[in-house]
Amino acid sequence: MAGLGGGLAAFGRCTHAVVRALPESLCRQALRSVAGPEVDLARAEREHQLYVGVLRGKLGLQVLELPADESLPDCVFVEDVAVVCEETALLTRPGAPSRRKEVEAMKRVLESLNLNIVEMVDENATLDGGDVLFTGREFFVGLSKRTNQRGAEILADTFKDYAVSTVPVHDSLHLKSFCSMAGPNLIAIGSSEAAQKALKTMQQMSDHRYDKLTVPDDAAANCIYLNIPSKGHVLLHRAPEEYPESAKVFEKLKDHMLIPIANTELEKVDGSLTCCSVFINKASEL
Amino acid sequence: MTTEVGSETEVKKDSEQLGPDKAKDKPEEASETPGDQKSRETSSGEAQDSSVPAPTNQSSPSSQKKEKSSPESKGISRFLPPWLKKQKSYTLAEPKDEPKKKATGEEQVVEESESQALEGVAQPRKSLEEATENRQNAKAGDREKHSISSAEIQPSKEDGKETEVEEVAEKKEEKQEEKRETKEVQTAEIKIDNIPQKSPKKIKTVQCKVMLLDGTEYSCDLEKRARGQVLFDKVCEHLNLLEKDYFGLLFYENSEQKNWLDSSKEIKRQIRSLPWIFTFNVKFYPPDPSQLTEDITRYFLCLQLRQDIVSGRLPCSFVTHALLGSYTLQAELGDHDPEEHSSDYISEFQFAPNQTQEMEEKVAELHKTHRGLTPAQADSQFLENAKRLSMYGVDLHHAKDSEGVDIMLGVCANGLLIYKDRLRINRFAWPKILKISYKRSNFYIKVRPAELEQFESTIGFKLPNHRAAKRLWKVCVEHHTFFRLLSPEQPPKAKFLTLGSKFRYSGRTQAQTRQASNLIDRPAPYFERTSSKRVSRSLDGAPMGISDQSLVRDFSATGGQAAGDKIIDLEAAGRAKLKEGGREEDESPLKTPQLEFTQDGKNSFLQLTHIHPSSLPIHPVSSHLTYLSPVPEIDMLSDISEEDPFEEPLLTIPDISECSSMEQTSDHKKTGTASPINSLELRPLASRGSPAVEGKIRTNDYKSTELCVSFSFFRCLSFSFRSLLDEDGYITFPSLPDVCISFLPPGLQHYIPITSPSFIPSFLLVFVLLLSAFQSIPFSLTFSLPLALSLCYLEPKVTSFSSSSGNDLNDKAEEEEVEYEEEEAQQKISSLRVDGENIYVRHSNLMLEDLDKTQDDLLKHQASISELKRNFMESTPEPRPNEWEKRRITPLSLQTQGRHASRAEGPCTGVSDADKSSHETLDIVEEKKQAEFGIEETLVVDETNKGKMQVATDAGETCKVEHVSKKDSSSLPSDSSSSSSSSESEDEEVGEYHPHHRAIEEVIREEQEDEEDMKRKEHEENTQHVEAIPEGSKPVPVEHTQVTVEDLVHENTITVATEEKNLSEQIKQDVGEEKEEEQLKLNGDVSHVDIDVAPQLICCSEPPVVKTEMVTISDATQRTEISTKEIPIVQTETKTITYESSQLDGNAVGDTGVLVSAQTITSESISTTTTTHITKMVKGGVSETRIEKRIVITGDADIDHDEALAQAIKEAKEQHPDMSVTRVVVHKETELAEEDED
Repeated sequence: MAGLGGGLAAFGRCTHAVVRALPESLCRQALRSVAGPEVDLARAEREHQLYVGVLRGKLGLQVLELPADESLPDCVFVEDVAVVCEETALLTRPGAPSRRKEVEAMKRVLESLNLNIVEMVDENATLDGGDVLFTGREFFVGLSKRTNQRGAEILADTFKDYAVSTVPVHDSLHLKSFCSMAGPNLIAIGSSEAAQKALKTMQQMSDHRYDKLTVPDDAAANCIYLNIPSKGHVLLHRAPEEYPESAKVFEKLKDHMLIPIANTELEKVDGSLTCCSVFINKASEL
Repeated sequence: MTTEVGSETEVKKDSEQLGPDKAKDKPEEASETPGDQKSRETSSGEAQDSSVPAPTNQSSPSSQKKEKSSPESKGISRFLPPWLKKQKSYTLAEPKDEPKKKATGEEQVVEESESQALEGVAQPRKSLEEATENRQNAKAGDREKHSISSAEIQPSKEDGKETEVEEVAEKKEEKQEEKRETKEVQTAEIKIDNIPQKSPKKIKTVQCKVMLLDGTEYSCDLEKRARGQVLFDKVCEHLNLLEKDYFGLLFYENSEQKNWLDSSKEIKRQIRSLPWIFTFNVKFYPPDPSQLTEDITRYFLCLQLRQDIVSGRLPCSFVTHALLGSYTLQAELGDHDPEEHSSDYISEFQFAPNQTQEMEEKVAELHKTHRGLTPAQADSQFLENAKRLSMYGVDLHHAKDSEGVDIMLGVCANGLLIYKDRLRINRFAWPKILKISYKRSNFYIKVRPAELEQFESTIGFKLPNHRAAKRLWKVCVEHHTFFRLLSPEQPPKAKFLTLGSKFRYSGRTQAQTRQASNLIDRPAPYFERTSSKRVSRSLDGAPMGISDQSLVRDFSATGGQAAGDKIIDLEAAGRAKLKEGGREEDESPLKTPQLEFTQDGKNSFLQLTHIHPSSLPIHPVSSHLTYLSPVPEIDMLSDISEEDPFEEPLLTIPDISECSSMEQTSDHKKTGTASPINSLELRPLASRGSPAVEGKIRTNDYKSTELCVSFSFFRCLSFSFRSLLDEDGYITFPSLPDVCISFLPPGLQHYIPITSPSFIPSFLLVFVLLLSAFQSIPFSLTFSLPLALSLCYLEPKVTSFSSSSGNDLNDKAEEEEVEYEEEEAQQKISSLRVDGENIYVRHSNLMLEDLDKTQDDLLKHQASISELKRNFMESTPEPRPNEWEKRRITPLSLQTQGRHASRAEGPCTGVSDADKSSHETLDIVEEKKQAEFGIEETLVVDETNKGKMQVATDAGETCKVEHVSKKDSSSLPSDSSSSSSSSESEDEEVGEYHPHHRAIEEVIREEQEDEEDMKRKEHEENTQHVEAIPEGSKPVPVEHTQVTVEDLVHENTITVATEEKNLSEQIKQDVGEEKEEEQLKLNGDVSHVDIDVAPQLICCSEPPVVKTEMVTISDATQRTEISTKEIPIVQTETKTITYESSQLDGNAVGDTGVLVSAQTITSESISTTTTTHITKMVKGGVSETRIEKRIVITGDADIDHDEALAQAIKEAKEQHPDMSVTRVVVHKETELAEEDED
């Protein structure tokens, strides 16, 4: 019951993860920002299974896997439909209308976890979880094509303990398309101009000093940091085969248990590592 | 008559004593406040009063009259800037026998000494007592005069606008007061005869109520003229609170607007209505409550936060509400006891604005888990959680942005936060903010340029009204000072016709309060934790105290009584004082001539002020400040319009000139280069003013004419004069109604600033001046209007330099600004951390022309050059009086603490700032925490130390090198500051530091004599300086950028080959080389410099410097000569850009000058090294000062060096508006290997 996340020590703690299987419709119907090669579904599934396997097997999380819904081609990207912080979950109103129904399944599973659930009902608000960066101290919300001011306001009302700052995001889909937390006080950030600009905005807005970990590739800056009691700092990052230079940077993190994960297929439809899961830290008594 | 004289001398004597003895006595008694003094004063006065049973027989009608008029005459003086008033004492020189005159003069002296005492935060208690005695003596000695206190006591007018009942009460009081005044005078008179008397005292008191944080109410009786500090101290004493600097007293204005009671000002000037009801609140929320020393302090902070939470000011989530609530329960009830704490025990408490059953259950559940926590521990836990809330300690203010969108401005420990709805949309940390100002209802912040921007930007916000803007401004000033500075800033010097607030935070800063609380040595005080049940339930989310109407009513009902006189026995004290006073009176010589008196008075006065800095380490008052500082006494203007005024406005007028002349003598250069309006103001005044010592002779009738006129003038304007005073007691002149402008032809309306707020004061002043000069009303009237208008017209022109937006002519006089020289703050802080910066003063006796022969490859770099050029070309020197004033005002102690560093930096501050800030924003990885920050800093220092050592050896015998040892730096700084000040004639501490300076100069002269004459001449001509800075040779993995403004020489690596075999940088005294350089120089085109000396260079510098580029631009021809050669790249890239103005040529040719002085000051900060070289020479009777600044920026690649350079040039221009930039050389060394990110 640590208040306010118990400070930095508790950052990244988690007991549960919610994931969702890939629908076959993903290959052809998933939203994508740039046209490109078609997704190899089989390979995508393999990668996803590996991903889930790491969470469940290697890290010992309780993984709640939602079944795929063919009518929701993007449903694998569960991150966008819920923001969970401590014991409160905000069910979002995704910016893409085709994805709004994804929330329903998520709502059910979060309810089963006994979280305080807040739904974003405002017709004018949109928010994708991919635009929400929680640093352990505060939220940054990217104002992108998928997320608007109103959505960010609702997030701020939901998580009143924390400062919520907005960051304009222009060139990429989400704020987390080029950044993520790589440690309790460490922001992984891509090298692109847009990424660096966003980082500067975040630094200016924050009362805290974050360390930064700059990786050459924006996509590789999206990684998953977890703090698992038995393992310590765990970092899931993109495989060296995909982004060798960035992987080298990650390898400098000596304190972290590094787990490279390939995500080549989902990347084609703008999917990144954090997109595919929602992490929840439930106190043990529940 | 004899008695009068006697008393005057008495006063003089006292004021003399005041300074030396007493100030030294108890320098630390800073908090011993004005209020105390005042109460003592009054009480002593009244003691006399009661001791002698109403001797009305002695009171003459004239004295009565005067008493009545006195408030008015006071009132008119309030029209004038405080410093004008302060100057009054000088005018005492008037050799007038008129008792009235003298009386006034005397009064003023007393007042002055008092205001001295009051104003100096740190004025020792004893001197206060002295002042009191002075006053007594003055009273006693002057039978025809009313007492000062009587004039000041009059509160009624100010308070008058309130409810009728109050007014009635006030009037009664007034009458009573008047009566007593009369008595006072008489008794005083008697006192002269029967010297020591024992008497009880009466004090006029007002009842105050203070709502405390635990919901209880504290009431006390306060002397009517008490300052805020008195009440605050009483409250803290009542609470047994020692760490009181985090707290403050609030009062509400119009029910919603909360204002902080300024403890340095009289309460009655801040709160205009009775009853006096305050709430005791946390003013500065400590970012880390665990650093508070005492539990009791934390307890009060907890209480405040509970209030904040319940009222919704501090929003939290459900979980946090529950958690904090559970800690509250633990602290107040102790461990959860299932028997005692039945199911609903909890609902008696309030934890949240909207408390639900669910929340209460959660609270109860959590409460059980806290078993074993002591109340203090529970409080600590509470605070640990509360402090992380995003709105903790954020003081929100409604505002609109430039587009009219509703936003909130939040002031907090770290800076200013901008919210739109609940979202943070921007944040300006204190280091980013250069200046905060407000004008009317607009609030402006000037922010440092971002990395890629070239210019500072000013961001404006619209607040609901002027008061809101001012409130926000004050809160910002206070927060900045409290959290960011080591010690409070001194209030700025009052400027003529700038009627802005001189408000500064005068309390202790967080650093100081922490230091002080480390000294707290008492057993943890016992205190009872009152249950929040009662309190919080009654709150129901509303702000405490005032909202309770019944309370207010109740209070005002009793208010009349309460405010009535109370007789308090203070016999002992009174007696003692009387005795003393009487004795001194006896001893004093009776026939000191008046003229002498005034002079002496002045001297003693100055003397007094000189004492302060040395004796008061915490709140130093620099000497100049003191007599320019604001006099807090400013009364309602409405007083004035009623009755026949006296001397004030006239008396003060000569003072203006006097003041200006003094100013000019103290820093001629500054006034010379000051804003046009300044000189405009001063000229007419100076022309008619005679030196203070001579005294101003004026005829009495003369004055009264002037006054009559001005008063009738006021009378017709009085309708709009109600709100002339803001809560600080400063005059805010209203603009003339816009109707006035319609009298003007439409075409002129835009140009004639008749509605300017400064119009009225300007007009009056000009008019009075003219009138006194020509004794013709029509004449004066005719001319004063255009003159006043021109003043008003010029004023915005001047101020607009410092405020880049909103140059509305009408807005001018209300603008008030704080300039935050952030680098100072940083310097102070860093100097604390590192125990002083490494600063050394050295003199290089051979100054070489800058030739940069180290590189011979040139590369095209059009873009940066053009930018550079552009910057260089816009060389209109901006008058920046503020900068100078700031400098002058800096308290001495600060300077010794490292403030000097910023001064020494001079023009370079811009660069260093830019660099620092970029450091902050960019290299976050490196600067994880403050602690690390410190480490980093020392590392850098180490690096640079190397260089300095070398320099030291280079400079050899002649140079003084101080550095490395941290303790040295504290003494050294004074050297540097003094030398810089003297040579630039910019500082006033010259006097103090002069010995140092002279020593240095002598050294310099000696050195010069050692040199060949020829050489010296050349060298003087060009005032070239060589700096040795080790970047060229050092394989430092960072990039150095040197920006040198003005004549600069660097990288004399060439000479290394010839003279020294040590590698790298040293100052060369190579004659031949210098000559060569001179020749080049004379040609006026530095592009010739492309002499290939590279081989040599490579030989001597450690890391083979490889890729180098040098670009030389000649300003005169506007053509750029660039040639490029390539050399194999090894490790670093070095770029040198020289920009030279044509002006230099003219100077360089022909003229020989005599070098008067030369100094070099180097200051270093985290990532910059600044070397300032100042040469003063006399050329053909004209003295010329050259300042050469060299800045080495060490930073990573993210720094925009062009911008940094541009910034540096800009800064240089601003700081030395009277100088022109003649040469700029940029030397850039970049490490080519890419930097690692982590």
